Amino acid sequence: MTLIVRDLSIARGGVPVLAGLGFTLEPGRALVVRGPNGIGKTTLLRTLAGLQPPLAGQIDGAEDQIAYAGHSDGIKPTLSVAENLSFWARVFGATSIAPALAAYDLEDLATRHAGTLSAGQKRRLGLSRLLVTGRPIWVLDEPTVSLDVTAVEMFADAVRAHLGQGGSALIATHIDLGLEADLLDVGPFRAVPRALDDFDTGFGGDFL
Amino acid sequence: MIALLMRDLKLALRAGGGFGLGLAFFLIVTVMIPLSVGPQSALLATIAPGVLWLGALLACLLSLDRLLALDWEDGSLDLLATAPLPLEAVVSLKALAHWITTGLPLVLAAPVLGVLLSLPEPGYAWLVISLLAGTPALSVIGTFGAALTVGLKRGGLLLSLLVLPLYVPTLIFGAEVARRGALGMDVATPLMMLGGITAAVIALMPFASAAVLRINLR
Repeated sequence: MTLIVRDLSIARGGVPVLAGLGFTLEPGRALVVRGPNGIGKTTLLRTLAGLQPPLAGQIDGAEDQIAYAGHSDGIKPTLSVAENLSFWARVFGATSIAPALAAYDLEDLATRHAGTLSAGQKRRLGLSRLLVTGRPIWVLDEPTVSLDVTAVEMFADAVRAHLGQGGSALIATHIDLGLEADLLDVGPFRAVPRALDDFDTGFGGDFL
Repeated sequence: MIALLMRDLKLALRAGGGFGLGLAFFLIVTVMIPLSVGPQSALLATIAPGVLWLGALLACLLSLDRLLALDWEDGSLDLLATAPLPLEAVVSLKALAHWITTGLPLVLAAPVLGVLLSLPEPGYAWLVISLLAGTPALSVIGTFGAALTVGLKRGGLLLSLLVLPLYVPTLIFGAEVARRGALGMDVATPLMMLGGITAAVIALMPFASAAVLRINLR
């Protein structure tokens, strides 16, 4: 499934942050989103995931295709690792959680309460959820936060395997994952603040 | 869909899940009332249906702010919103889980507590029936209130203020069924009103809850 975004404008809290953004994400490709803090990367990813409507523009091919992973992992501390994961597996209709546990080396932790996991282990559990969604387009917001070098390698392997199966990924990250990925720098798409209509012309047009 | 219901029930029953919160509150209120009113069983028998209904309603209210707030804090709500489940189903299941963990225990405990309040003998069956018919509405309306206030820090006060007026019709007709039942009068009219309110709320409220949740998730 190809994700096509055309002339997209998005807003955070009613303030436009990005405008005129367009890109195409083909199956088997990864796209890394870059840009300074506060430019609207998270807002862009949430818009693509359908959590908020765009101001303008078109998003094609996103409906029910996207697996979203944000800053929080949605982990319940009183459930075990396996219970957390199998809940999402059942929601998305997956049959087995074993491959997902194996991909992030979580087998030994499967019976542990998620509340006793370290931050990095929690993140690994959060990322393993993507494998049980069965969705072709992964939209990931800073997925490597609090991961160590080995875990980043596990993540990169998981993304590579996903791309190999014809999936695609849109990743907002600042570290090099060693993936063969296209780069999308959202800096040039920063929305211009709305012009105050008729303000300057009110002073005869040559005020500024 | 069953997965979400089972998860919510499991979470409620585990440590810190708040399963006993409403029930404990209900117990405390109804045990304290005979002590504060004094040994006047005639007076207690008169106020018993109303007191039991009010206690159940407040106990229900107490557990509402956890209903969606916990899922909001840990990001589960974002993930559920992007999952294949429609948000209307998510809020309905949340309300059902809330009713099973809060409303149902109240219904079962009410006749026992009725003894403490010298509830007249014909009133027990009608008390249980009125609570069975009314408490689902409390959970569904409460889910709407929780959805409205989900993004707010310390939204509990606002939640109570928003939800209490919506609870009033259920309280009036529910307590009226229990009162008439205790006096051996005909309960058909208030019971039909109560059932009608509950049916309408269950049918319509999830759409409102899902709509405000979508706005709050932005």
